[in-house]
Amino acid sequence: MNPIVETRGLTREFTVRAGVRRTRLTAVDALTFTVEAGEAVGYIGANGAGKSTTIKMLTGILVPTAGDVLTCGLRPVRDRRRLARHVGVVFGQRSQLWWDLPVGESFGILAAIHRLDRVAARTRTDELVDRLEMGSYLGTPVRQLSLGQRMRAEIAAALLHSPRLVILDEPTIGLDVLSKQRLREFLIEERTAHGTTLLLTTHDMGDVARLCDRVLVIDHGKLAYDGTLDGLSRRVGVERVLVVDLTAPAPDLLDIPGTRHLGSEGGGLQQRLAFDAEHTTAARVLTAVNQRVEVRDLSVEEPDIEDVVRRVYAGSRR
Amino acid sequence: MAEPVVHQRSVGPVARLAPYRAVLAARVRAQRSYRSNFLIDLGSSLLVGFVELAEIWILFHNVHVLGGFTFVQILLVFGIADCSFAVADLFFGHCDNLPTYLRAGTLDVFYLRPQPVLIQLITSEISLRRLSRAALGVGSIVIALALNDIDWSAARVALLVLAIVSATATFAAMFVWAAGLQFFLVSGAELTNAFVYGGRYAATQPAAVWSRPIKVVFGFLFPMAFTAYLPALELLGLPGPQWLPAGLAWCTPLAALWSWGMALGTWRVGMRHYQGGGG
Amino acid sequence: MSPNLLPYWKLFVAGFHQQSTYRLAAFGGLVANATFGFLKVAVLFATVRAAGGRLHGYDLGVMSSYIWISQGLLGSINLTGRTDLADRIKDGAVAVDFLRPIDVQVANVAADVGKAVFALIPRGIPSVALGAIVVGMSLPSTPAPYLLGALSLLVGITVSAATAYIVATVGFWLIESRGVQVLYMVVSGFLAGLFVPIALFPGWLSAIAAATPFPSMMMYPIDVISGRVAGLSALGLFAAQLGWLAVTGLIGHALTRAGRRKLEIQGG
Repeated sequence: MNPIVETRGLTREFTVRAGVRRTRLTAVDALTFTVEAGEAVGYIGANGAGKSTTIKMLTGILVPTAGDVLTCGLRPVRDRRRLARHVGVVFGQRSQLWWDLPVGESFGILAAIHRLDRVAARTRTDELVDRLEMGSYLGTPVRQLSLGQRMRAEIAAALLHSPRLVILDEPTIGLDVLSKQRLREFLIEERTAHGTTLLLTTHDMGDVARLCDRVLVIDHGKLAYDGTLDGLSRRVGVERVLVVDLTAPAPDLLDIPGTRHLGSEGGGLQQRLAFDAEHTTAARVLTAVNQRVEVRDLSVEEPDIEDVVRRVYAGSRR
Repeated sequence: MAEPVVHQRSVGPVARLAPYRAVLAARVRAQRSYRSNFLIDLGSSLLVGFVELAEIWILFHNVHVLGGFTFVQILLVFGIADCSFAVADLFFGHCDNLPTYLRAGTLDVFYLRPQPVLIQLITSEISLRRLSRAALGVGSIVIALALNDIDWSAARVALLVLAIVSATATFAAMFVWAAGLQFFLVSGAELTNAFVYGGRYAATQPAAVWSRPIKVVFGFLFPMAFTAYLPALELLGLPGPQWLPAGLAWCTPLAALWSWGMALGTWRVGMRHYQGGGG
Repeated sequence: MSPNLLPYWKLFVAGFHQQSTYRLAAFGGLVANATFGFLKVAVLFATVRAAGGRLHGYDLGVMSSYIWISQGLLGSINLTGRTDLADRIKDGAVAVDFLRPIDVQVANVAADVGKAVFALIPRGIPSVALGAIVVGMSLPSTPAPYLLGALSLLVGITVSAATAYIVATVGFWLIESRGVQVLYMVVSGFLAGLFVPIALFPGWLSAIAAATPFPSMMMYPIDVISGRVAGLSALGLFAAQLGWLAVTGLIGHALTRAGRRKLEIQGG
């Protein structure tokens, strides 16, 4: 079976003009990786690290400066139109829907664009509308939708033609916790049902943890890590942070096993404890805290993508 | 691994156009839903057309013959040029929205669809408000044909039809050429406007008044003289000025082809620049 | 400088600087001016020649001055209206402007005039220079027309800014002020003498034009600078401009106050 994505030494340089001076900027630097059919890959990196540029080269928008890329076995720039039938992309802020038309009409137009069989298109649209719970706003113009509603519509639009590869650029950004959860569940179901390959760029480690079996970390255009999320955690020592609000100020909790005390506020009223998710759980830490003080409220912070990336990069420089 | 759920139809000639029809139909519906705005736009388009015609009329009000033409005769030139430009504007006028798409990154969405990018740009919108201006143009042609003493023959009828079709094609090419250049120019719309809308203006003039440089630019490079002036010369049985004899009127289709060649070439170079290909 | 005037001066200067960033746009504008300029030269010169070399005070030289000065003024005389201000009025952002201790009308007009005066440099001077060099134009040889012309131009620019301001304020009462804006765009250029000199208008049309502020914006300053109208007649034109400045200023002031009251009643 051919890989869905195959890159070899993929490079993209830009010339940036600042006044009279011209500098050559390398946005993507000799990327080499392969994605097999059915995989779910998280593509993470800081802003400006080269994620969007990579996606543009995978889909045929940009021509690589050097190196090769094959998407679904096709050369993206040369066979762009053929490739478009097999790839669905939700691309950041750029909407694929028609702004002032009702959502349902956008789907109809897209079905015509992809030359889908009318009956099959109807079935597919109904399926997507049902599972993404869009029925209530099918008649609303896209510009009047909330962000969460729009993202669901964008994803449906990208999946309408049942592509083999789905590329999602920051699909859960700005969504509330419940919407994120529902969206993740939908993507998992979709992959199970159709074996779609998923390439996901995100700043949300929760997305990566729940959706992806593999992680690619890109930093300053270079591939800094390619492997499983567990491997990444182990390599980098990914920490989550438990933030506890106590009923009364207490001295710093420095002796909770498996934790690092990050700081406290309000004279000990709120305390932050970092713990390695590999070695302990939030529940265990909370139990230990409860044995010492009374907790009024708590929250758990996920590791920052920037933080992870920075550590990977720092680690690779050692 | 599951196969794709939906099967794609085999593509016959009419079916090929289905995606474009779908988008255009949606745009038409959208415009008609903004009722009052649309009516205002229709009215203003018509008003602009009248003002342009008034400009010409005022000149002829002061001198009765200009460039070998009387007002009634120049009305034919104006009619053919304005009607054709309005129709071209209707279908292609929005192509100069390209800078907006480029800045917002929405052009990339075109790349993600299984269709040529240029055709998507062209079919992305339709400016129905130009209909009123086209009506003004047609009205001018009708009145001009009625008031002028034309020696009608089958050839002359064919030439009139050919002229209108070629003129529309030529103006359409101008819009596409302008769009292609936008890949290189940042806020460069005024530069291309000079030749697109300046070209329209030139097309309504009696080209006998043109200096040599203008004859080169708007006679042959952007062949505006071929759109309405030369056909009018031939229809009215008038001789042409130096370098633009009436007989050239039959070359309007060539002018349209030349314009489209230039337009498509510019577009290709522009796209290649956008995608960073070709060094 | 008096502290009352200082904010307006600063706005004027800010408007001045804002325009300096658009260099390619300036070049594009020059190309546009040149293209339309040469086409107008072709048609209008032929008209003058067909009239025997002199038409309503225009000979070829004066006609050339008219063409190139009018093209050069395109960036400075507001013939398209103030969509930015209209949008601010439509979405209510203008309420913030009313809270500031400066007069909204004067502030807007001052900024507009600043921009316009600056635009004379990349737009006005090259067009006139191009025309003078390539085509030739006849300009007065005494300093008086230039002095009066400069004043006339400044007043003309201000009248156009003030009138554009009035059109924008209509947005306080009309929800869709688009129709008015579009009408303004179409009519203003024509009656300001942009397409053909007003002197060529038939009698009834020039009467209509004289009843509007538009000729004061562009036609009169051009007439004075080019020397087509001189002496007492030129002073007469200038007086008419001042009259229109007063009228548009007062109307704008009244509309601003009424609009502000409307916002306050509505609750802003």
